[in-house]
Amino acid sequence: MSTPGETGTEAWPLWEVFVRANRGLSHVHVGSLHAPDADMAVRNARDLYTRRNEGVSIWVVPADAVTTSDPDAKGAFFESPAGKNYRHAVYYTKSEGVKHL
Amino acid sequence: MTAPAELSVASIDEHRDDEAQARFDDLIAKDSRIEPRDWMPDAYRKTLIRQISQHAHSEIIGMQPESNWISRAPSLKRKAILMAKVQDEAGHGLYLYSAAQTLGIGREEMMQQLIEGRARYSSIFNYTTPTWADMGAIGWLVDGAAICNQVPLCRASYGPYGRAMVRICKEESFHQRQGFEILLELMQGTDEQKRMAQDAVDRWYWPSLMMFGPPDDESPNSAQSMAWNIKRFSNDELRQRFVGMLVPQAEVLGVTLPDPNLTWNEERQAYDMSEIDWDEFHEVLAGRGPANAERLRRRREAHEDGAWVREAAAEYARKQAAKAATAA
Amino acid sequence: MSGDLDPHGDVTVDRVALAEELAGEAAGAGHAASADVAAYALGLGDDSLVLAQRLGDWITRAPELEEDVALGNIALDLLGHARSLLHYAGTHDGRSEDDLAYFRDEPDFRNAWLFEQPNGDFAHTIARQLVASTYLVELYRHLEASTDATLAAIAAKASKEVDYHRDHAIQWTLRLAGGTDESRRRMVRAVEQTWPYVEELFRDDAVVVRLADEGVVPLPSSLRDAFDSVIDQVFAEADLARPEGRTAFVVDGRGREGRHTEHLGPLLAEMQVLARAHPGASW
Repeated sequence: MSTPGETGTEAWPLWEVFVRANRGLSHVHVGSLHAPDADMAVRNARDLYTRRNEGVSIWVVPADAVTTSDPDAKGAFFESPAGKNYRHAVYYTKSEGVKHL
Repeated sequence: MTAPAELSVASIDEHRDDEAQARFDDLIAKDSRIEPRDWMPDAYRKTLIRQISQHAHSEIIGMQPESNWISRAPSLKRKAILMAKVQDEAGHGLYLYSAAQTLGIGREEMMQQLIEGRARYSSIFNYTTPTWADMGAIGWLVDGAAICNQVPLCRASYGPYGRAMVRICKEESFHQRQGFEILLELMQGTDEQKRMAQDAVDRWYWPSLMMFGPPDDESPNSAQSMAWNIKRFSNDELRQRFVGMLVPQAEVLGVTLPDPNLTWNEERQAYDMSEIDWDEFHEVLAGRGPANAERLRRRREAHEDGAWVREAAAEYARKQAAKAATAA
Repeated sequence: MSGDLDPHGDVTVDRVALAEELAGEAAGAGHAASADVAAYALGLGDDSLVLAQRLGDWITRAPELEEDVALGNIALDLLGHARSLLHYAGTHDGRSEDDLAYFRDEPDFRNAWLFEQPNGDFAHTIARQLVASTYLVELYRHLEASTDATLAAIAAKASKEVDYHRDHAIQWTLRLAGGTDESRRRMVRAVEQTWPYVEELFRDDAVVVRLADEGVVPLPSSLRDAFDSVIDQVFAEADLARPEGRTAFVVDGRGREGRHTEHLGPLLAEMQVLARAHPGASW
């Protein structure tokens, strides 16, 4: 299932934009835009999403190239981790109070 | 009569829809967010498409009354500020179109609705900007009212809309301030400048109050929008808040708000004010405002004049892709 | 009213550290420009101001909304360069950037003719942008090494910005020249009609020769080879020909001497009308 938005009927395709706000941080999705190709998409993204020093790096991805999980299957798809409490540090109460653990 | 096989399929679908509706209702009840791929009632989707696209159109059409003064701004600093502001509005239109697009409508379709006169936008932008002081009044009153409307929308239940509004509100924080400062500068200037400022406030005050929409008892869609957590406060609540904010600011500026009946009512803890001229509101909304035709004409021309450029870029991309495919 | 949100619209203001608005002010430390430097800065400032004024007209009229934003960014950069340069030019005789922008008449403007040419269609604007930005990239790159600290500081900031302007112009030159038949026809015509204005940019006059001798500015003529080589690369990729020697018409640009084409007068009349209606007023 692709990301919503691309209609396939417009002159310029839709691109999803991700911006890295600072070195050391991940690229974060900020929105989308239209551009004829990747070169222009990254430039349009610079003009549109970083007018106020919001970023040091930009990714653009064709919207129809993004695959998303199915939200209707949300329960089933994301159920498994629940209950596996042993993956969390707070599960281990006996070591509480011991330093550097 | 329905055949039994079909009946069972239909009932499974119905059951799924009920489940989806229940999940949607539950998310709204918890004041959580709806995201693009979630199931949502058709009416919710339609309401959002209508509201977000109207909002986007308002940003795009709203560039015009101000762009009118970019070339004549009276100082280079003001020129830079105004240019940045109008350009921001293009950006805000784009954020909103992209939010609307996640609901399954293309930007080209929305643009066609706009230029063919089938879509609405905020009727405030159908007023004209004959003087420089209008740049101040638009910033102070129009952007002020817009911000009042928009801040609660940052928490709208539809995720992409709320996120776009957060970005827009942050960027717009300078828009109202620069307008206020334009008026302040004029009010501290020559007599002619003061007259210019007061005249602009006189012309923009009432239209800016109309921006909050019809009174609560005549606002057909408000209740449903509030139930869906799209809208958080009623039209009249926001309008009252806005006036409360303006009164002390007008004192700082030294301008008079053009309503002789504007007084604080201690008992109601609210401002009493004159009746808004809703006939004017409906006239402008119906497309008979001073600049409706001009605004649409300009947008249509830009879109049509640019068609060959958009086609050229698309064609170039196709050729490059074909070249890359052959080379590979 | 409920909710934890203030509906007043008092949007939280980010406490950002503001950068220097007029580049070079700190570097110059109040040092006033000499007559020659002021004349030079005025010419360069007028180039940027007039071009910014032209590009500003595209806002609300660009071929696509993304391009409204892109051209707006470029116009804003140029306006910033103009303000810094005019401010510095004004230190010579105590005039402000606005005195210079709004209260000089046409013969006192020193911009080259290229910059005052009308926007035309999008192809004409791109052709003008390609020439202007390619020239400015070479110019500011050299000016960064100026012995004049203010000019060097202005150039250092402008250099990075015009580099992006050039990239924007190149991308569009490629797309228009290599797009549809119509876009190619328009781009070819735009290049032919823009080229007559190239020559003036690289002409040395008495002021620049004196300043170049002192290492303050590069000689315009010395930038020509680098300009040609960039243009040749772009045109090779775009399959365009440099119309040298067979330009659509011949002009003898004399903007640096205060002589202009018919296009500057109306541009200035519009730009200056409000400021001049209220002399001495503050805005």
